[in-house]
Amino acid sequence: MSPREPRPTVPVTIDGQEVMAVEDETILSLARRVGVDIPTLCYLEGLSVYGGCRLCVVEVNGDARLKLACATPVWADMEVRTDTWDLREHRRRIIELLFAEGSHICATCVSNGACELQDLAATNRVDHIHYDLGFAPNLPLEPVDASHPRYVLDRDRCVRCSRCVRVCAEVEGAAVWEIAERGGNSRLVAEMDVPWGEASSCTSCGKCVLVCPTGALSFKGSAIGEMRHDPEVVAFLARAREEEEWLDRSAGSGSASEVRS
Amino acid sequence: MTTDRLRLATVWLGGCSGCHMSFLDLDEWLFELAARADVVFSPLADAKGFPEDVDLTLVEGAIANSDNLELAHTLRARSRVVVSFGDCAVTGNVTSLRNRLGEPATMLERVYVEQPDLDGQLPVEVVPTLLPQVRPLHEAITVDVYLPGCPPSADRIRRALVHLLDALEAGTEIPDLEWRGPDDLRFG
Ligand code: SF4
Ligand code: SF4
Ligand code: FES
Repeated sequence: MSPREPRPTVPVTIDGQEVMAVEDETILSLARRVGVDIPTLCYLEGLSVYGGCRLCVVEVNGDARLKLACATPVWADMEVRTDTWDLREHRRRIIELLFAEGSHICATCVSNGACELQDLAATNRVDHIHYDLGFAPNLPLEPVDASHPRYVLDRDRCVRCSRCVRVCAEVEGAAVWEIAERGGNSRLVAEMDVPWGEASSCTSCGKCVLVCPTGALSFKGSAIGEMRHDPEVVAFLARAREEEEWLDRSAGSGSASEVRS
Repeated sequence: MTTDRLRLATVWLGGCSGCHMSFLDLDEWLFELAARADVVFSPLADAKGFPEDVDLTLVEGAIANSDNLELAHTLRARSRVVVSFGDCAVTGNVTSLRNRLGEPATMLERVYVEQPDLDGQLPVEVVPTLLPQVRPLHEAITVDVYLPGCPPSADRIRRALVHLLDALEAGTEIPDLEWRGPDDLRFG
């Protein structure tokens, strides 16, 4: 591991706690380091920042324009609040909208009991959905894509977090997935919108399935409540690559970068 | 505490009765409940019509047919506190899976005509008319407390009932969401 320059620190107040933040780190990374819990959904350690779900909203210096904790770097003397009544309400509404626009009948879902959306609803005290539930005939019915020999995509359970898109492009290097169209019409597509099983760029590595927070991507054959994801695998891979853990360093210093180049 | 015992009702709308089974899983705590409240209406009790003057009503199931809708309005008018009891009441849940098939006729065809081991006839007599869409309870009537879960566990039901009975006996406000932890709220 190469020695790193110690990065300068700046003072930040987070929920009344005065802490030293590392310059350029995000509010989220600071919060996690000092034990302040900010709910996230699209953010995943080891992947690029997407800023799509907006669950991580926080208040900075009392400004009514909320900031995304996952995408906003700290600055000196910043005052962050993560848990005001307003913020809790915002998060609840976001979660409810996610429930409303898909088919989230947890009792019939492969991810029941191990789903980040289901957890978010429980920890953010969502006990019912104020909005018209979208499991209605006016919404397009997305047939389940079970064309891949090992995995299944159920778009009605997709929250468009783009974790699968990013892990496939950034970690696997295959770039099979993309989110097509916009807003309520946006949908996850493989290549140029082909059935997953026909996407020749898919290496069948399964990383997208492991990082999916919901029941949208699953191992084929999973019954209700059987699916278990493993999103932490990305942070593990990212760290291992950065620290060149799998390279043979027995030949002495310098060999790692030689192998890499 | 008043000398009048609380009047409790449980109602079974468009659901599988799993929430009621979970209620029965309260086991010996049912004796404590019986010491504090009379069950005046329930699929588990012998009562024909929904009575007047009920303190607390647990409603299992979604609004799926005309009978569900009518009973929902009656129980609302006659209950002080209405609890949306279980995921079918709260979100429509499994009962609402038919919504995506469109008109109820499509589902009836599929179940009664296309299924090979039945005699291929649509039920027409006695059974109530299906509503075009299955809807959660709170879209039909005002709901005071939501108790999600498919089904809510007996522990979850007991914790909610204790809070509600305490409040009703003391004549205080119904406790808001904040007393509940993640275990009290999970869908599914
Ligand atoms: S994806 Fe999650 S929230 Fe949606 S139905 Fe499945 S368990 Fe429930
Ligand atoms: S399939 Fe899963 S990982 Fe991909 S965008 Fe949808 S919810 Fe996110
Ligand atoms: S976690 Fe920050 S926007 Fe999704």
